[in-house]
Amino acid sequence: MKGWYLIIDLEKCEDCNNCFLSCKDEHVDNDFPGYSLSQPKHGHRWVNIMRTERGQFPQIDVAYLPVFCMHCDNAPCLKAAQDGAVYKRDDGIVIIDPVKAQGQKHLVDACPYGAIWWNEEHALPQKCTLCAHLLDEGWKEPRCVQACPTGALRIVKVEDGEMEEIVKSEALETLYPEYNTKPRVYYKNLHRFARCFIAGSVAVQLNDKEECAEGAKVTLLNPANQNIGECMTDNYGDFKFDNLEENSGTYILQIAYTGYTLKAIEVDLKKSFSAGTIVL
Amino acid sequence: MKLKLLLYGLEKVLRYKARRYPSFRDRLMEKNFVGQIKIKDNSAGRYFVFKDGSVVSKAGIHLDPDALMTFTDASLASRLLTPWRNQLELVNAMKNFCLELEGPDELTSWFVETLGMALTVGTEYGIDVGDHTKQYVNNVQGMPVFVYVRDGKILRITPIEFDKADAGPWTIEARGRKFTPPRKTTLSPYGFASKSLVYSPDRLLYPMRRVDFDPKGKRNCETRGISGYARISWDEAMDIVADEITRIKRDYGPGAIVTSTGSHHTWGNIGYYLSAHRRLMNAIGHTPVVQNPDSWEGWYWGAMHHWGYSMRLGCGEPYGLIEDALKECEMMVFWSSDPETAPGSYSGYESTIRRQWLKDLGIKMVHIDPYCNHTAALLGGKWFAPRPDYGNAMALAIAYIWITEGLYDKEYVETRTVGFDKWKAYILGEEDGIPKTPEWQEPETTIPAKDVRALAREWGTKKTYLAAGGSGNGLGGACRCATGLEWARSRVCLMAMQGMGKPGVNMGNMAYGTPVDCNFFFPGYAEGGISGDLETTGSAINVYQRMPHLLTMNTVMQKIPRLKLPEAILEGRCEGYPTYPRTIEGQFFKFGYPAPGHSEAKMYYKYGGSYIGTMSETNRYVKAYRTPKLSFVVNQSIWFEGEAKFADILLPACTNFERWDIGEACNAGGYVQHNFNKLNHRVVCIQHKCIEPLGESKSDYDIFVELAKRLGLSAYVSEGMTGFDWCKRMFDATDLPRRISWKKFLRKGYYVVPAPKEELRAPCAFRWFAEGRAKDVPEAAPLPSDYTGKYRMGLQTQSGKIEFECSSLKRFSPNDPERPVISKYIPSWEGHHTKELYEKYPLQLISPHPKFSFHTQHDAKDGFINDVKDHRVLIDGYYYWIVRINTKDAEARGIIEDDLVRVFNDRGSVICAAQVTERLPPGTVHSYESSAKYDPVGEPGYAADRGGCINLLTPARMIIEKSHSVASNSCLVQIEKWEDKGGEV
Repeated sequence: MKGWYLIIDLEKCEDCNNCFLSCKDEHVDNDFPGYSLSQPKHGHRWVNIMRTERGQFPQIDVAYLPVFCMHCDNAPCLKAAQDGAVYKRDDGIVIIDPVKAQGQKHLVDACPYGAIWWNEEHALPQKCTLCAHLLDEGWKEPRCVQACPTGALRIVKVEDGEMEEIVKSEALETLYPEYNTKPRVYYKNLHRFARCFIAGSVAVQLNDKEECAEGAKVTLLNPANQNIGECMTDNYGDFKFDNLEENSGTYILQIAYTGYTLKAIEVDLKKSFSAGTIVL
Repeated sequence: MKLKLLLYGLEKVLRYKARRYPSFRDRLMEKNFVGQIKIKDNSAGRYFVFKDGSVVSKAGIHLDPDALMTFTDASLASRLLTPWRNQLELVNAMKNFCLELEGPDELTSWFVETLGMALTVGTEYGIDVGDHTKQYVNNVQGMPVFVYVRDGKILRITPIEFDKADAGPWTIEARGRKFTPPRKTTLSPYGFASKSLVYSPDRLLYPMRRVDFDPKGKRNCETRGISGYARISWDEAMDIVADEITRIKRDYGPGAIVTSTGSHHTWGNIGYYLSAHRRLMNAIGHTPVVQNPDSWEGWYWGAMHHWGYSMRLGCGEPYGLIEDALKECEMMVFWSSDPETAPGSYSGYESTIRRQWLKDLGIKMVHIDPYCNHTAALLGGKWFAPRPDYGNAMALAIAYIWITEGLYDKEYVETRTVGFDKWKAYILGEEDGIPKTPEWQEPETTIPAKDVRALAREWGTKKTYLAAGGSGNGLGGACRCATGLEWARSRVCLMAMQGMGKPGVNMGNMAYGTPVDCNFFFPGYAEGGISGDLETTGSAINVYQRMPHLLTMNTVMQKIPRLKLPEAILEGRCEGYPTYPRTIEGQFFKFGYPAPGHSEAKMYYKYGGSYIGTMSETNRYVKAYRTPKLSFVVNQSIWFEGEAKFADILLPACTNFERWDIGEACNAGGYVQHNFNKLNHRVVCIQHKCIEPLGESKSDYDIFVELAKRLGLSAYVSEGMTGFDWCKRMFDATDLPRRISWKKFLRKGYYVVPAPKEELRAPCAFRWFAEGRAKDVPEAAPLPSDYTGKYRMGLQTQSGKIEFECSSLKRFSPNDPERPVISKYIPSWEGHHTKELYEKYPLQLISPHPKFSFHTQHDAKDGFINDVKDHRVLIDGYYYWIVRINTKDAEARGIIEDDLVRVFNDRGSVICAAQVTERLPPGTVHSYESSAKYDPVGEPGYAADRGGCINLLTPARMIIEKSHSVASNSCLVQIEKWEDKGGEV
């Protein structure tokens, strides 16, 4: 049985909010019987875009992480629901029944991702339906995916086995796998949100002037003193090691540049760290 | 004989249509009167008696008809009364008094419109998509949309996905790969919020009168902005406005009527401010508030003198750039260029995929912007954050490296430019003893000298695109500050040193220059629509010939520079320089207000309400309303917001979803000719009337015609046409009828203009110039007389070459220290060099165009956009505007994320929510401009604003004295935590 999976690439998300806004366009003021009642005009974020900045000025990067209902295969909301108010369709989509779920406010807290919202007016827990009402009409994608201008959002309808292949070949991850809910929403380049970097810039004194050191070899040693990465500085002397765990101990940067003594710098890595300009 | 038959048949047609169509039956119920059609000498005629919904007619001449249509001869009458008449013949008949109307405008216009409606009633449009839902087409600030409507209500609004019948896309082959855009349109975020704005609680649904305004008694002008409003009827509102127009003209002349619009109306060639509005206002006579070249500033007042392009207000030609960049360029330097934030002005996210292609090809990217903007954040690459008032210091230092290390195109400089030696001498310090070295620029920009050297060397050795400003070859925040002229001027000089136009060396950021069809004609909005105005729109070029209509001319020669409107009203005098695109020298003609023999402003007809959010030092604009010097203010607006709250009479206009119009995606015309080559597909649309106007709101066109009726002008203004009729006339005036029938166009709603085959694509910009050939891009500028040599050979400058030393400035004011004849470093008049002010207000505020609203149009109004986290922040039930501040600056002030803060200087205070960030260097703060909401916590014009009008703080000073320009990005402020103490600030 083929099911729906949503794939989100953090490298391509620029916080345009087209997903968030097209969701509101579709659901505010519109009831879709059997699927959902109208979303309140304000307050709900069925697509919740989280912002993170990494590093310190001027070596930083910015990432946005859209959080949807994960349409979990092991959905805590489904277990917490009474009278079958939450159910999973054969195509993987998790639906909160807009009639049966009336009054079941506890479902809001059942979701570890915070993807369920309480609608005061309808006394109803609500969330992303993946626009199931449209998919059932033959639409190829939900509103958010159609609205995405960068290709950051993608939806596929595949067999579970095929999805495993995609996950492997594209190095996809789920958000907070430790929740063990088996999400059907996958992320690419999740490290931009969830992990950190060490970056810096190397310079030298040359003829009384400071110059960028292009082609310096920078080596990163992890807390166990293992070489976990090497890179050459670019024409601005810049280097960057990404995809490191936050709060993971003391690392050592070794900088080698022809004609200069090897320089080592210790970094106690809490979160993304910009070493600034290192003059050899 | 033919005429008699036609007139006899007319009655039958009216009766048949009334039987067939309930709407036409209702129409006939509206009036009881006798309408006569006759030949002037009474040799033939027939009169029509409309009574309680029925119509009967009788051959002959009625003794006392209520409405009379007279023709000079029967043959002409026959031709003009035959369906689908020749429009030119109708216009000629009106101009030469061969066709005249007599009787009250209310009846004559109804009579003529009704005869026309008999032809169009029952027209089918839109596509039935089942489930009682129709799919219509419309346009949100440039980009087309499908509008799904059920039960008379908008269900959803989506981008357009093309079907199999639509033309296919283009493909560019570059570096062994093929690049093809997807077969759909993209949409800006605010497009998706349209529904919430149509049904906004802030909609003006009824005409309103300020409660303490009595046109026949006390006007209480000083209470504008604080008094309430009472609902009135359309008749009462229209009578007041018409009476006031008449009173003002009688007492002071038409020059005392001041009109102004925003820069961007809701989309469509009929309803646009340069169309219907201009048509009526010219008919009345008015003093227009004229625009500064707002987004262009430094390019218009500066760069233009180096390379011409006055028709584009100083920006370069944009053709063929996408193909060239994909094939040839090795690096792209984004300099004050953030196409991801102000989505391409009218072009949605069309160009994002093209920059992603460039990234996929591994093209190196550099971003120079005080804010790590969204383009930089998305694409990555090296980011430099100079302080906002750095001007051209960095550019001069780059030129220094190129000169001293021989990294420039000497042959190009020798053969394609003049005056380089003079600039070179300045840069090397031979003129003023200061070599413009990377070390010299460091204290000005804060960018380390080593980095500038590295950039200069890489740029000098790689085929590089300079992405200058938002459109890549113009605009940009850096051109709208005190150092904006020199910034823009240096862009042209740098590119002249690198051989602009050679393969891979050009100006662009992938926003402009797709290989779409530039030969298919459909006009942009600035081509004047139905205005008939040959002086202040682009109508004369194409539309006036292609769509015969009555010429309109404003008889008032007075104008008010927009940035000095408050001084004009409050002080009664001001001066300005024109935005005049015809030739370079046009900008030198200083004008004064009041004009000779003209009255000062007494009445203000305002269209919309954006100025408090968009102009500079805008408490001035608030004060200008609260004075009896303006005895009457009428505002025609969709929403009750901004300046609309300062009017005496409010006229509720409807949105573009509630009226008919016609327009092409992203096609502006005018200063941005062929703007559609920002798009991946040219899409021309009928803009369906999707729903009925809400409440008693009306289309702008209908409001203008109503007003015209009261002034006896309706036949002249409307030519007997409804808004829908004008759409058909515009359709007929374009190349569309040869491609698609009117009927099919109405049903489907759009037409995709096929991309030309590769051989017919517009050539790459400036290639002709670089290769010394005649101009071969499809741009009809400069005008023939502005060529120095043969027609189409060379640029618009006096030498025909890029001029490092500007001959136009040498002629005009060779010793102007604010605008020297070569581009020099001139410190900002509000920045780190203005010591006293800088000590008091140590933060430099930049305020770019907003990401989530097109100017003020989509902000606030209780719409969905309010909920966008990076647009406004909800604190204690109020949606606050955001100011972004560096972590260290925030810490020093005890400010944390989402704290309410007061941003202030001597010009005012704005209450914002703080966003603490590393995307800015310490000392620079960032807040978008264009809040639609002005919400003073005390006396308007003085108190702090918690609506978010950041332009209360920006300087009113012109960039240079000899200009009409805004320097909004040179603004020193202080920020402190704010607690609402309930009092005024």
